[in-house]
Amino acid sequence: MAPADPVDGISPPPRLDPDSGQWIRVLSGTGSQREAGLARLHELLLRIARAELQRRSGQFRITGPELDDLAYQAAADALLAIDLKLGQFRGESRFTTWAYKFVIFEVSAKIGRHFWAHPAVPMDAEDWDRLPGRFGPDPARETERRELADAVRRAVDIQLTPRQRKVFVAIVLNGVPLDALVAELGSTRNAIYKTMFDARRKLRADLAANGYLDDQTSRHS
Amino acid sequence: MNAWTVLDRFLRTDPRDVGCAEAMELLHVYAELAATDASAAQRHPGIAAHLAACGPCGEDFDGLLAAIRSPAQ
Repeated sequence: MAPADPVDGISPPPRLDPDSGQWIRVLSGTGSQREAGLARLHELLLRIARAELQRRSGQFRITGPELDDLAYQAAADALLAIDLKLGQFRGESRFTTWAYKFVIFEVSAKIGRHFWAHPAVPMDAEDWDRLPGRFGPDPARETERRELADAVRRAVDIQLTPRQRKVFVAIVLNGVPLDALVAELGSTRNAIYKTMFDARRKLRADLAANGYLDDQTSRHS
Repeated sequence: MNAWTVLDRFLRTDPRDVGCAEAMELLHVYAELAATDASAAQRHPGIAAHLAACGPCGEDFDGLLAAIRSPAQ
């Protein structure tokens, strides 16, 4: 975008690169210049939304017009969020990188919500026989598979709170994507992740204490 | 790799992990750094640890990286 004079006396923060400064000037302004800026930004967001949905197409079964509707919704919702939070842009990155983050998040949230249109299994089903298969196509003998399922189930029963158990069962046993669970429970990604983080830590400590896993707890990868 | 090994990796937690909220807040900064500088993980180890462990945030990071590397940039 070519540099232009400040609109309505609004100047960008001094740390902004010229292109980002221009975006802020235009979007902070009024009238036809702002409308043109919003239209240009929507065009960019729509392109990113389409590309992101294409990149992640293996994760869901949406095609054709429904897929493009999702891209339009993500771009529109991201544009609204960006417009509302324009004052929060601090120039830590290019403006477009900051803006693209919003549309990527919108795509994730919409894919998460779409999961419930055709869920493979109910969120709270508890078929523990499925557990070993969740950790890879293990050719182990049936007794070993049973040992793993029984050990984890016992640890879940003993160690986890009802909330941690619900989240663990949904995500691990039933393969519910984390963002889909966020949508279903009306929670946040951070809250669900933290619940799983604490559950993972407790389960690992229990399995290590009972000799199923080694007790090294500080491996960083 | 057997199921126990995969389970062990899944259950391991990294104390440096900053969680989704902080990673999402700084994802644009981290992604831009990662696109131009190999030291992103060294400069932000807590975000790197989180992106390695959190599927959804890792997916968003990959998408944002792809976006800023796209031809129109």
